[in-house]
Amino acid sequence: MRFLQLYNYEIAIFLAMVGLYIVVSSGNLVKKIAGLSMFQISVFILYISMGVVEGGTVPILIEGVQRYSNPLPHVLILTAIVVGVATTAVALSLVIRINEAYGTAEEDEIHEQDESF
Amino acid sequence: MLHHTVLRVVAKLLVPVILLFAFYVQFHGDYSPGGGFQAGVIFAAGIILYALIFGLDDTMQAVPPGVLKILSASGVLLYAGVGIETLLLGGNYLDYDFLAHEPTHGQHLGIFLVELGVGVTVASTMLLLYYAFAGREQGQ
Amino acid sequence: MNLDSVIDILLLAFMAVIAIAIVRIRDLFGIAMLFSIFSLLSAGVFTVMDAADVAFTEAAVGAGISTILMLATLTRTARKEKPSNSKNPAVALIVVFVTGALLVFGTSDLPRFGDPQAPVHQHVAPRYIEESPKEIGIPNMVTSVLASYRGYDTLGETTVIFTAGIAVMALLGMRRSRRREDDEEID
Repeated sequence: MRFLQLYNYEIAIFLAMVGLYIVVSSGNLVKKIAGLSMFQISVFILYISMGVVEGGTVPILIEGVQRYSNPLPHVLILTAIVVGVATTAVALSLVIRINEAYGTAEEDEIHEQDESF
Repeated sequence: MLHHTVLRVVAKLLVPVILLFAFYVQFHGDYSPGGGFQAGVIFAAGIILYALIFGLDDTMQAVPPGVLKILSASGVLLYAGVGIETLLLGGNYLDYDFLAHEPTHGQHLGIFLVELGVGVTVASTMLLLYYAFAGREQGQ
Repeated sequence: MNLDSVIDILLLAFMAVIAIAIVRIRDLFGIAMLFSIFSLLSAGVFTVMDAADVAFTEAAVGAGISTILMLATLTRTARKEKPSNSKNPAVALIVVFVTGALLVFGTSDLPRFGDPQAPVHQHVAPRYIEESPKEIGIPNMVTSVLASYRGYDTLGETTVIFTAGIAVMALLGMRRSRRREDDEEID
């Protein structure tokens, strides 16, 4: 049962590794950014999983409830999601500009056109 | 765009509800799940839904980008201004206890203003991002 | 095993399947759509794990705004991913397996999922949970931690979002509304 007790962490690592694989193996810049976002979501899942308390409830004060989930990871991830989409937007706008400059968003074709990379 | 009658009718019904829900999430965030970040993105998603169906030009008339630029800066300014205010009232930076006579009242007021600043900045920045991406002509 | 953990296991399994699908397909439009589903499923996982605030945000951001931004990028770049010649999948697989094995080795010592005695729950969280209703006076602990206890943090995050908005506008510019092109410029 040890595997099931750490199931959330294992899946978070699996998703992070799939994201990393996309970043390393794909030549398309948009797909690379999708891979990075997947990595990001896996980190969110890892953090929220750590905040879970067995038998706990949503951290909003309710009469008679003694056990709440840990609110700290929720706060950290809440802000990280919105910051994450803002930084993803910067990355995607860079891809648009690269596409305008080189006529392609494929890494190989950019390398062919520009030796300096 | 003329043919999407169902989409237009559904969007007309949904957009006001989404915007109203965003305000509920913003101002009821102390008592139920919610707050500035959530309300900001929900509000932006509502306007983006409108823009997807009724076109970018109409949306830019209703919500002009110039206003959004001012709003996105003023949200951060409001947040930082609350901190300066607490400094002037004799507390530490962002120590809301000093905003009112009772510490908990001060905390209430401070959190309300700070969440408002966050919500305004997030909503307007998300909309500006959408405008910048959608307004870019192909091969410009 | 209760219903919560069954839903949790199923949703995470779905996410793993979608992740594999994203690796395999080359149609970037399909990737954007699958990614939207992926984000929505993760919002479901957050709900099951008692993080209602986070689930809200992820549902609006991940399934809504970031998908639209990705689609907008696709209309300005290619729709299909071209097969890459210089990339060797074997090298990528080795990197991923070694990193993954190290991470799994690292997590094997973690306290089990949901353990109330885990070190995370011993440090500042009890203070937030016990004192915040008295000190701050509002029931939602996430809001009181976000805006009051960690106010500096949130100020920084808000500034980052504002800065990212400026960066995107500097990179892409802002189109003027077509209808008012003759009038004075709006931006």
